[in-house]
Amino acid sequence: MSDMLQLVEPLIPALRRYARSLMRDPSAADDLVQDCLERAVGRWHQRRADGDAKTWVFAILHNLAINRLRQTQRRGRHIAIEDADEGAVARPPTQEDALRHRDLVRALGDLPEEQRSVVLLVSVEDLSYGEAAKVLDIPIGTVMSRLARAREKLRRAMEGGEEQPARHGAHLRRVK
Amino acid sequence: MSGRPISEDDLQAFVDRVLDAERQAEVTDYLASHPEVARRVAGYRDQRAALRAAFAPVAEAPVPPELDLARMIARRRRPKATSWRAAAAAVLLLGVGGVAGWSLHEAAKPAPGGVAALAAEAADSYLAYAPDRTRPVEIRADDRATLVAWASQRLGRPVSVPDLAPSGYRFMGGRLVATPHGPAVLLMYDDDRGTRLVLLTRPMATERDAPMAQNARGAVTGFSWADDGVGYSLVGPASPEILHPLADEVRRQVDRRA
Repeated sequence: MSDMLQLVEPLIPALRRYARSLMRDPSAADDLVQDCLERAVGRWHQRRADGDAKTWVFAILHNLAINRLRQTQRRGRHIAIEDADEGAVARPPTQEDALRHRDLVRALGDLPEEQRSVVLLVSVEDLSYGEAAKVLDIPIGTVMSRLARAREKLRRAMEGGEEQPARHGAHLRRVK
Repeated sequence: MSGRPISEDDLQAFVDRVLDAERQAEVTDYLASHPEVARRVAGYRDQRAALRAAFAPVAEAPVPPELDLARMIARRRRPKATSWRAAAAAVLLLGVGGVAGWSLHEAAKPAPGGVAALAAEAADSYLAYAPDRTRPVEIRADDRATLVAWASQRLGRPVSVPDLAPSGYRFMGGRLVATPHGPAVLLMYDDDRGTRLVLLTRPMATERDAPMAQNARGAVTGFSWADDGVGYSLVGPASPEILHPLADEVRRQVDRRA
């Protein structure tokens, strides 16, 4: 098990980040990571010896997150995105960045889950396309098409935001 | 120049900076002459940077104590230690005496699922089934063919029953047991005084070939080894001087068949 500590412990910050970017609610995200690590400890012996620890652990986390998200959806318990975002994204250095990040995270939340996970694994977690395909258990071609679609949607959402600055905040409208 | 047309995949890989130098240059040239596409790709690059920046603080934050992996691993080990102690106590109650160290267990980090794990599983199985007076085995020796067929099918390889009768141990029968490393076959033998031995066999994912090693748990001694992807552990309440030749005999017999 000493190899497990060596291989998995350095991944914990990234696992937290991935969980947070999928779940948004910080405590739910950490619960998920905890659940993921417990399972990884329990199943370490079942892991194929030649397999890659990173994709293996990310796959466990991803599947837990998807199940959790679907449960939440079924129960109809929606986290209000605006509320959740406040805690989800730590305050960036400038106000402009803060707004931009908030808009981006919101646009990310509007993506279908299958596109969101691809764009996060590739853009934020630095997984190769092949690794992302392994984590999500889909062909690499599907990774590429989802990635392209997700990035284009996010870009449009962000550009739409820039072209209409009034969309930025209800407080601007309130001035009237 | 490769002359291959620029694909959408190339653009994504350009954004992620994973193209080789040649292709990278080709995409750069292409973008120089296609400002609309260049604008789109620049947008993707910004977006990638912004996403990383937005979530960076999460990865930089200190890891909370609930996510202490070392502690989780230690916790997972503890129940094993508890059952171990219970097993040792059971051995004392049976009046077979002394609590010695489980030598292989205490040795420096054994390979997961290796021979040390097999030895522990064999000792567990011995402690569970050997004291059983009602149904120590599920399939008895007189139905050996059924047992061999069933065991071979579950282990995915031919299983045979070593003959220890010349050494004074009769074959009683066997059963399938669960281990953390998949199903294993337990074969049980006894002598005229009712002393029982257990031979546990299972496929080995790690330590597929390992020399015979001796281990002890309480008054129970074990000899374990692996040959060509199959592990064997012979366990009994006998001294190493008695058990070792029996283990050698088992190894000789399974070797001969291979």
